[in-house]
Amino acid sequence: MTRFIVRRLLQAIPTLFGILLLTFLLTRLSPSDPVNLMVAGNFDITPEERDALRQDLGLNDPLPIQFVRYVSSVARLDFGNSFYYHRPAVNLIAERIPNSLQISLLSLAVALVVGVPLGVLAAYRRGRLTDHAIRIFSVAGHAIPTFWFGLLFVTVMGLELRWFPIGSMNAIGKEGDLADRLWHLAGPVLAASLAGIALYPRYLRTEVLEIIGQDYVRTAHAKGLGKRAVTWVHVVRNSLIPMVTLFGGILAIVLNGSLIIEQVFNWPGLGRLLFEALTNKDYPVIQAAVLAGSGLLLVSYIVRDIAYAWVDPRIKVR
Amino acid sequence: MATAELAQPGIARVEGRRVSAGFWSDAFWRLRHDPTTLAAIGIVLLIALVSILADVLADSFFHRSFSQQSLLDAYTAPSLDEPYLWLGTDDIGRSQIVRLIYGGRVSLAVGTFGALTSMIIGVSLGISSGYFRGWWDDLIQWLVQTIANIPTLFLFLIIGAYFRLNAITFILLLGGLGWLGICNQARGLTFSLRERDFTIAARTIGASPGRIMFRHIFPNILPLMIIIAMIDIGTIILIESALSFIGFGIQPPTASWGNMLTKATQFTSHGPWLIYPPGALIFVTVLCLYLIGDGLRDALDPRLRGQK
Repeated sequence: MTRFIVRRLLQAIPTLFGILLLTFLLTRLSPSDPVNLMVAGNFDITPEERDALRQDLGLNDPLPIQFVRYVSSVARLDFGNSFYYHRPAVNLIAERIPNSLQISLLSLAVALVVGVPLGVLAAYRRGRLTDHAIRIFSVAGHAIPTFWFGLLFVTVMGLELRWFPIGSMNAIGKEGDLADRLWHLAGPVLAASLAGIALYPRYLRTEVLEIIGQDYVRTAHAKGLGKRAVTWVHVVRNSLIPMVTLFGGILAIVLNGSLIIEQVFNWPGLGRLLFEALTNKDYPVIQAAVLAGSGLLLVSYIVRDIAYAWVDPRIKVR
Repeated sequence: MATAELAQPGIARVEGRRVSAGFWSDAFWRLRHDPTTLAAIGIVLLIALVSILADVLADSFFHRSFSQQSLLDAYTAPSLDEPYLWLGTDDIGRSQIVRLIYGGRVSLAVGTFGALTSMIIGVSLGISSGYFRGWWDDLIQWLVQTIANIPTLFLFLIIGAYFRLNAITFILLLGGLGWLGICNQARGLTFSLRERDFTIAARTIGASPGRIMFRHIFPNILPLMIIIAMIDIGTIILIESALSFIGFGIQPPTASWGNMLTKATQFTSHGPWLIYPPGALIFVTVLCLYLIGDGLRDALDPRLRGQK
């Protein structure tokens, strides 16, 4: 197991290098000049001062040297100061990540709790009305634009019925109140979990159908176990193993969704920070946020692979 | 000899038709007996047809051009009085239904050409890396891993923030970032196809790698690629709408369903009716494309046959 973990970690190094190279090249090849961005609004700056700034920033050095400097600053988590907030970009990111994770983790849980029973049900009722209904439902969950769903939720549940708040994390004066937080989380979490709710039944159905045909399930029936015991102990438990691989992918969907959902529900997370940074052309923050998102994804893929190997020992042989 | 005699009367009875069903005709037969997929195909074709005929419809049926404004008619609620008012008007009095039809043209074009781009990139990289293996495969896999590890929308935004995109580069970018799934599927299939007897046979008679990949391997992975392409068209329409929402999609005044929906969100108090139709159209179109993908999978993928 240790060997597997070490090997998986080593595999992440070229990927990490690729992410850094790509983000570096994108910023350096872009037509927008960082010096122009930094001095934006300062009209009394002389060309000499410009050149000095350029020299200071190391923009006159060859690209490979700039890249090495970039990597070392990323390693020190130094992304520079935000042009807009005048604070280190990494601090801004660190403040926002927990808020985003609240939505991500909770929606992952909701997706599991709703999606798994639906998948099992679809497999056991295959070919019947329930199966078709679940199929349509899960395809529909995929096809609905997240932000449209979020907006409808805000308009109908928030503005018209007034059952749920229309945004933000807490009611004023109720910061830190758990019940109030959960009430505010309902909309974003529902919108974010939609993709997962749609994804799980589709995969699980195929998986359960495969396992129902296995010899050990027949044996379990033959030795007189009740239907319920066979279903939950023999079929569902084993069908959940490959679901582990979906976790990484779901996180990617949730991260992408966070950009939209946090905007719709006015949620101060990573996605909203990135959006604000884009509107303000706040390049240090954009870069830090993209790297933070990639980092989260990289770690989650590693955790996923290790978890998979741990649940299913056959994987390690590969 | 005996079998030939037995077969003879059977052939006589079905004169004029092929005796055995080939792969594609068999798939077509399956498709014809799948009402959900047929309905989905019908709806998508209808939407495509209306979009293609946008100019004719706007001219002779709605009597409103795409950009015709009328500030006096701003925020007219939907009514059945005139065809162009069926879905009301927007903030500067343009007919919502006419703009939706033109927007459909853009959204469908973005989806189709984006999916086509990602298919071309994904298939050529996937087949070549599966066929040549070695350092080329390592390089492609590294590229796939790298792009897969950056959240797609984040990557889009960083590119959108640093570069100015027009409609063409936007579509190329959508395709250029969406080929990972196709590439992995094509690569996996090529791994097994390159060891099959027909590939080895082609190699022994001196066929070049290019010919083997294009004439022998590609036709075998084509069915799966068609399935993925259908789903990709839907996904790209969704991504375009999401990008529009954060201001990086197709830019107004060109209408796409995504940017119409985005614009509608700013007018929820004046024109609440504007928010439902674009979203519903995206939803229905993408839903149908996904259902077609699902139906094609049942019809085309031999491994899944008989599972239902």
